[in-house]
Amino acid sequence: MKRYIARRVSYCLLSLFLLSVTIFFFVRVTGDPATLLVEPGASEADIAAIHQQFGLDRPLWVQYGIFMVSLAHGDLGQSFYYRMPVMELYLSRLPNSLLLASVAMALSLLIGIPSGILASVRVGRFWDSAGKLFALLGLSLPSFWVGLVLILVFSVYLGWLPSSGSGSALHLIMPAFALGWYFAAAHMRLTRSSMLEVLGSEYVKLARLKGLPQSLVIAKHAFKNALIPVLTLAGINLVIMVNVAVVVEFVFAWPGIGRLLYEGVTFRDFPVVQGVVLMGGAMIVIVNLLVDILYAVIDPRIRLES
Amino acid sequence: MSIQTELIGLPPRSPSRFASLRLGDFPLIPALILGGIAFVAIFANVLAPHNPEIGSLTARFRPPVWQTGGSTQYLLGTDQLGRDVLSRLIFGARVSVVVGFTAVIFAGVIGTVLGILSGYLGGWVDQAIMRVTDTWLALPAVTFAIFLAAIVGPSMWNIVIILGLTYWTRYARVVRGEVLSLKEREFVRLAIVAGCSKWTIMRRHIMPNIINSAIVLGTLMLGVVIIAEATLSFLGIGVPPPQPAWGLMLSDGKQGLMVGRWWLTIFPGCCIMLMVLSANLLGDWLRVKLDPQLRQL
Amino acid sequence: MSASPLLEIENLSTHYVSAQGTRVVRAVDQVSLRINAGETLGIVGESGSGKSTLALTILRVLPPAAQIVSGKMLFEGEDLLQKSDVEMQHVRGKRIAMILQDPMASLNPLFTIGDQVAEPIRVHEGAGRATAWRRARELLKAVRIPAPETRLTQYPHEMSGGMRQRIVGAIGISCEPRLLIADEPTTSLDLTIQAQYLNLLRELQRAHGLALIFITHNLGIIAKMCDQLAVMYAGRVVESGPVSQIFNTPAHPYTEALLNSIPRMNDSAQRLTAIEGQPPDLAALPSGCAFAPRCVRALDRCRVEAPPEFTPEGGRTLRCWLAASDSAPRDILVAGGTA
Repeated sequence: MKRYIARRVSYCLLSLFLLSVTIFFFVRVTGDPATLLVEPGASEADIAAIHQQFGLDRPLWVQYGIFMVSLAHGDLGQSFYYRMPVMELYLSRLPNSLLLASVAMALSLLIGIPSGILASVRVGRFWDSAGKLFALLGLSLPSFWVGLVLILVFSVYLGWLPSSGSGSALHLIMPAFALGWYFAAAHMRLTRSSMLEVLGSEYVKLARLKGLPQSLVIAKHAFKNALIPVLTLAGINLVIMVNVAVVVEFVFAWPGIGRLLYEGVTFRDFPVVQGVVLMGGAMIVIVNLLVDILYAVIDPRIRLES
Repeated sequence: MSIQTELIGLPPRSPSRFASLRLGDFPLIPALILGGIAFVAIFANVLAPHNPEIGSLTARFRPPVWQTGGSTQYLLGTDQLGRDVLSRLIFGARVSVVVGFTAVIFAGVIGTVLGILSGYLGGWVDQAIMRVTDTWLALPAVTFAIFLAAIVGPSMWNIVIILGLTYWTRYARVVRGEVLSLKEREFVRLAIVAGCSKWTIMRRHIMPNIINSAIVLGTLMLGVVIIAEATLSFLGIGVPPPQPAWGLMLSDGKQGLMVGRWWLTIFPGCCIMLMVLSANLLGDWLRVKLDPQLRQL
Repeated sequence: MSASPLLEIENLSTHYVSAQGTRVVRAVDQVSLRINAGETLGIVGESGSGKSTLALTILRVLPPAAQIVSGKMLFEGEDLLQKSDVEMQHVRGKRIAMILQDPMASLNPLFTIGDQVAEPIRVHEGAGRATAWRRARELLKAVRIPAPETRLTQYPHEMSGGMRQRIVGAIGISCEPRLLIADEPTTSLDLTIQAQYLNLLRELQRAHGLALIFITHNLGIIAKMCDQLAVMYAGRVVESGPVSQIFNTPAHPYTEALLNSIPRMNDSAQRLTAIEGQPPDLAALPSGCAFAPRCVRALDRCRVEAPPEFTPEGGRTLRCWLAASDSAPRDILVAGGTA
């Protein structure tokens, strides 16, 4: 297992490195990054100062070095609009996004896994078709539209739920649902196909041949095996959720990092945009690593690999 | 919503009963819908009753014709600038179709070429391309697209380029896998033995066999790309106003939501849904039809 | 024929129906067999002859696409086809057990050996965990696994193939069944281990008074292990009877060809004898005898009319027109279908 972890960690580091290079490259691809890195309406002196700070006149690899050094210090620059370090801003908003994503993930698993199991056990019949329809809709409806429709129904017409802001559980329901909707469909599909694969396996056949009741076969033998890929993906999806919550947070004015990204774009606050993207990518890579390690712990085949 | 399918692990799908109105096996209704949208996009000038970009300020916020206050002049109502919703929907189709298809083709070309190079040449080329692909994939498409949009600024063609750059990785992965298995096939080995150069082999033997996968992937990506474009437009960094795009209409509509101006939200959303749904169903059918091996897409 | 047979199968047919209902694969077609307590019945045939489907049909563990179309299966006098699924659960593992071919695939990789061996004991006999684990340890000893104590807490992938198959065997006999069905249990094992495993099976059989149905494509194993033999081709039993008699005087051309194709040490011939042609597509069986296209002794009648099952004396059955002159048919097999 040690070798497995070591390999995964090195991949992680490589990906982080490539991520920083990619971001670095794209910022400079338009020619003059100074236009991005200064506030709109900055003076000549400000622009000169920026050139100095980021070494924009120096060779590329020097610039990259400066970039990496500040990253290593956790310095993502200063937000023009908020006039505070981007990292601080990011960290202050992150818990909100994590909260939203966690609830959305819980919802998506609570809906997705049981319906996936049901669909797999009742293949070809009603629940399976219903599940497929649900999955299709989940894929085809943009999450922000789901959010808007929810607002229309539950805030405007029924008046039950608040349409924006945060602060209470009621504020959480609609955005979590809008965000989790797509993932519920994805989790349902994965659970279903994973269960089908497992249900067709030899060890499930043997379990049935042993005379075990169907409920035990499914709950014990099939379930645990089928769940491995689903939970693996769920872990990664959580971080993805945090990142793609941009639109949902915008629609519901939820103060998370998605909203922060939107603000950054709207206010032309580039350090914020760059910071959010970097952190987002880094989070995904690191969570991938953690999930891989968790995988190793759960699956004895990997754990005991000598 | 533009989410990478690999990371979320969307498993193989079989066509749902929803599309069961088929001629034999062909999903007729989705095809008709897509065809209809394309038709509307092409003939928008003729079909739209009003100018989509200029409205009449006296006719603001008219509801659809079947509600009180509606009129037959503006069948689906008007928006905050008095612009006819129906006309904007029709011209919006043009944006969706153009951006959708172009971006898909653009991403497809880059991804396929890189995938072939990566799969066939192997070695460090493969490693390099794959590492880049993985990294690219690590960034959620939405985030990456927003990042790029913030750099280059919004315009329709910028969006196409951005979407192309965001989604080529999916093609690359799949194509590379196909190429790897194709490499082992007889006819490729024969070509090598016969002395064909690498480039010739890639061009004349490998490429034609990849086209199928690329097409199938293209139809599946169409839905994703459309939603991505709508998302970007909705956030205000996609197709810039006053050009009508469905996502943009949703963004405008958001303001009217709290006062119950539902038609500004529901209609554009339905259009997006119909187009994406049809693309997905068609893609599913194509996938099963063209090559059962592609079920892992 | 002494006491009534332990298991009596009559005119059993299992068909796989495709999703649209257009393709029907007749995996098992009008099969009749019987086995007495303590006996060993070998079922031999090529891949696709229906042997495994037959075994799964007996225990009614078929995939959803399969349907048991006709027949009777009397086990200790009870018709298994009339039982509900819950009632069958009490039969499976407890009264009739089965061993599958690939031990790596048959064992659940996420659970310990002890858990998997103790499981049927806990379910069928309501034993508590401690008791069941004790029994499991004894079972591992009975199948000659060294250091059973440590093995109980290990996982399947930590064992060799031979050991895994023994464990599967232990699971099979754990609840003292009357009948054990072994579906190609040695095919995945190394040659050197195969003989050991077969000996183990024979020992277990004697010790527990088990009847054994041994499914294989290897005639050598049949010769070593079995009292009775049934030869299957294209889902049908073409010949059955005592092993020694069939080996000495095979009546069906297919059986003859099978026996001839085994290379022998003192064979002077240069080439191996193979059976010409390919096994038929079970979804599109010819209207006559399924073996006719490949049969060297085929009559005209064979290509047109499928032969019924005849019973020449000696406790044998034969599904071939060449027997028509000697005996009366047991059943009627209408052209490619069932009567």
